[in-house]
Amino acid sequence: MRPALAAPLIAAAGPAGGADLVSARTQMALSLGWHIIVACLGVGMPALLLFTEWRGLRRGDDDYLRLARRWAKAVAVLFAVGAVSGTILSFEMGLLWPGLMGAYGQVIGLPFALEGIAFFLEAIFIGIYLYAWDRLSPRAHLLTGVPVMVAGVASAFFVVSANAWMNQPRGFLLEGGRVTHVSPWAAMFNPATPPQTIHMIVAAFMVSGFATASVYAVALLRGRRDRYHRLGFLVPFTVAGALTPVQIVVGDYTARFLARYQPTKLAAMEGLPRTGPHAPLSVGGIFVGDRLRYAFEIPNGLSLLVGYSPDAVVQGLDRTPSADRPPVTPVHLCFDTMVGIGVLLLLLAAWLAFTWWRRREIPRSRLFLWPAAASGVLAVVAVEAGWVVTEVGRQPWVVYGRLRTADAVNPAPNLWAGLLLLVVVYTVLTVSTVYVLRLMVRARPVAAPQERETA
Amino acid sequence: MEAAQVLLGVMWLGLTLYALLGGADFGGGLWDLLAGGSRAGMPQRRLIEHSLGPVWEANHVWLIFVLVVLWTGFPTVFAAVMSTLYIPLTLAAFGIIGRGAAFAFRKSSTELWQQRLFGAAFALSSVLTPFFLGTVAGAVASGRVPPGLARGSLVGAWVNPTSMLGGVLAVAVCAYLAAVYLCDDAVRSRLPGMAEVFRRRALAAAAVTGVVALGGIGVLHADAPRLFTGLTHRALPLVVASAVLGVASIALLWLRRYLLVRGTAALAVAAVMCGWPVAQYPLMLPPAVSFRQAAAEPAVITAVLAVAAAGALLVLPSIALLLAVQHRLPFERGGPYPGR
Repeated sequence: MRPALAAPLIAAAGPAGGADLVSARTQMALSLGWHIIVACLGVGMPALLLFTEWRGLRRGDDDYLRLARRWAKAVAVLFAVGAVSGTILSFEMGLLWPGLMGAYGQVIGLPFALEGIAFFLEAIFIGIYLYAWDRLSPRAHLLTGVPVMVAGVASAFFVVSANAWMNQPRGFLLEGGRVTHVSPWAAMFNPATPPQTIHMIVAAFMVSGFATASVYAVALLRGRRDRYHRLGFLVPFTVAGALTPVQIVVGDYTARFLARYQPTKLAAMEGLPRTGPHAPLSVGGIFVGDRLRYAFEIPNGLSLLVGYSPDAVVQGLDRTPSADRPPVTPVHLCFDTMVGIGVLLLLLAAWLAFTWWRRREIPRSRLFLWPAAASGVLAVVAVEAGWVVTEVGRQPWVVYGRLRTADAVNPAPNLWAGLLLLVVVYTVLTVSTVYVLRLMVRARPVAAPQERETA
Repeated sequence: MEAAQVLLGVMWLGLTLYALLGGADFGGGLWDLLAGGSRAGMPQRRLIEHSLGPVWEANHVWLIFVLVVLWTGFPTVFAAVMSTLYIPLTLAAFGIIGRGAAFAFRKSSTELWQQRLFGAAFALSSVLTPFFLGTVAGAVASGRVPPGLARGSLVGAWVNPTSMLGGVLAVAVCAYLAAVYLCDDAVRSRLPGMAEVFRRRALAAAAVTGVVALGGIGVLHADAPRLFTGLTHRALPLVVASAVLGVASIALLWLRRYLLVRGTAALAVAAVMCGWPVAQYPLMLPPAVSFRQAAAEPAVITAVLAVAAAGALLVLPSIALLLAVQHRLPFERGGPYPGR
């Protein structure tokens, strides 16, 4: 790229007006936060669906096959909604953040190009999988679902690796304010890629499992305890429940990563004002001035978690100039929310494991079924909270240490109008999606989504 | 040939395929809008649904592909276009949401009022999206997008004669392609009566497209002289080819040679799609920015080309499989979603 073109882009038009920046950030947050829910289901549901279909075919089990058909119908709608809500994001990258894309588009383009290929395969094979259900042999049909599953997971990896780059920008040099020596592979495989991608892919499977199980937990609460509903609960809940302890280990790994690479974000997550040994683990509280108030503190907790010793020194916010610190309270509380939900889901998984081990049945207690019915919503809240931690915890940077969010935003005026329109469109979209999915839940179990009744 | 040139060609191929495939899906929405009352229009809507259902998502991905190649390969052009044309692109993005979501919702809803509501949203956004994308093309082609962030006129860049021509022409072309494809799909689905309906519509759409294109010559002469010169000189063979293919398509439609017209109509549109970049080559943002000035570093372009090549090996056979499956799908009176 010629310097004459690139230099003014990096300098951008200076910080945009406050209201426009807030509008752009809110619009991005809303559309990303919306898409991530559908995207999680798009990544995780195909695996659940294929497992169920495979089981049903192998054993000639009609209950499994009915579940697979029902879930395929939901996947058809979710994939369509996910495809379009994801497209909006790629528009918004340029509409809202041209300063980021003009300067660094070439650095982070590679994972998006790979994601484009994966998305292609996903879209093609989901068309075949859904519409050719009764035109292919059962075995061939099952096989057409495999690329959907693989491409979904691959998409998640590619997109999250681009986000990881924003946390750990690598693969380029800045010379006199312009980007040179771009190495797209080094940018993609930056240090934040392994923890972030693993954390997100596991989260996607947990959301899919808990959300699907929630629907059947409601049915169990209403006394529909036939095998179809029990299986509909058990299969997804087992998958999600088994992944919950794994996710807690991955989360710990991610926090350790942050301690080393993004200590400011970790300090904000933990609400830790001062650097030093004997750092406590704080739960809850509000950050006022330069300290955390009203928090429940476990002495030495953070030092033990990060360095396995009460004497381990943990970096606090005091090492970061105050202009470069993220807002602490929302990051800290969202982090607590995510961890708290993780622990609750772990307890639920343990409860099911215990009763299954002793009695081979799903707990009948409402104390189990109520939270199980809420587990899908809880898992979604945990994902959203986690993304707030990642994104708000990186502020004021859009590219950590390199480009401030205020310098990346579109300098065009009246960005709030776009936000307003987005709120209206997404409200309608949310109401319609929920409405259509509820129609599906309420309908009697039926034949496959796209196939004939006689199939 | 340099790598940036190849990438430009790959991107343009993607855009042309989006116009030919995704464009026809939008056109299907327009015919859905004009199909008539709920009962009278039902058979046409079913055929449109049958034709779009399995493929629209895959066709839509071409747009994503183009966006990603543009921002990776020519990042400053992407930033300039997106920031100056913020308004029509935001509206196109919402149109994309409305079209895709409403189409999926309509298939999954049971009551007539639900289907009408979602159907209206699907059809309306199918018209608005290509219109706004067409205005964007007009803005770039008439040299109204300067480099830098939001440096162009936020309204005037896309509210002008060339942009309006671009918008109307995009809608007309989508409608034309859709009607042509639907003729062939109707014959395949053993619905000869429906083929007649869409034959009439294809002929009408061809006439409208031809008139808009002819009128467009005058518009470009007055509003975008540089583009006009390019189209009447370097790109003239493509413009003539498009006109000849367009006339041939009308003749073939008249003779009911639906499979052949599918090919000639697509080629006519492809010729126009290629005429534009040939007319303004090597400029990407006329009058100043050439593709070489805007190109990313060679390492990036090589990596994207490698990904595109590897991707083509996976994606193109898969698309062939999808089309083969789609063409073998039986048309059912109850539509593809009987298990409601």
